[in-house]
Amino acid sequence: MPTKLIVDCSTGVTTEVELTAEEVAQREADAVAFAEIKAAEEAAAQAKADAKASAEAKLAALGLTPEEIAALS
Amino acid sequence: MANTYVAIATVTVGSGGAASMDFTNIPATYTDLQLLVSIREETSATAVAFIKFNNTTANRSERYLQGNGSTAVSGTTAVLQFIACQPSDTANTFGNASIYIPNYAGSNYKSVSSDSVSENNATGAFSRLVAGLWSNTSAINQITITTDTGDVAQYSTATLYGIKNS
Repeated sequence: MPTKLIVDCSTGVTTEVELTAEEVAQREADAVAFAEIKAAEEAAAQAKADAKASAEAKLAALGLTPEEIAALS
Repeated sequence: MANTYVAIATVTVGSGGAASMDFTNIPATYTDLQLLVSIREETSATAVAFIKFNNTTANRSERYLQGNGSTAVSGTTAVLQFIACQPSDTANTFGNASIYIPNYAGSNYKSVSSDSVSENNATGAFSRLVAGLWSNTSAINQITITTDTGDVAQYSTATLYGIKNS
């Protein structure tokens, strides 16, 4: 069973305590929730990068130079 | 001379790692808190650590600016996150974080700012600035530090300081 370190600031005493089953379950749920958040963030960042690349390709097709495209951003 | 910067407590992770580092029964006698953390993940490969207050993950939010040596990103999340070293980083190195919590014992929502980095003898390493908020009016009496999955590695440390304005 994983353990947690608890320091009581009123006494300065540190104890090592095994996680309860509920805490283990919460820990696993938190990990899943964060993985979902991180995946959503990465998807959003990728979508933004893809849209930027697409826009730059269209501008290039219209005849803009790389320097002119860079000046727009 | 007034003792305005006091080390309240320090915790160091021992052999085998730990799921979290908890500061409990934090006295309400200071103006602000500062948490200095040296931390490495035992197994996870995300370079992520979290803090939560009073043993709840609810009502956290942050706006961040993060870079890794080649790209920079910014955004918002519903956690309070800072950088830790991950297992792929240079061995025996630790991420560093300074986390400041003003007016932690007041009855308003609690703002949090943090500045954290990872150490890595390679091209990529992280740096993250956070403007955070815990939307809760309770005084902060407990702070918990975790990673996103897996344990906090041995020799990780955290020291909680109390700051007084007089």
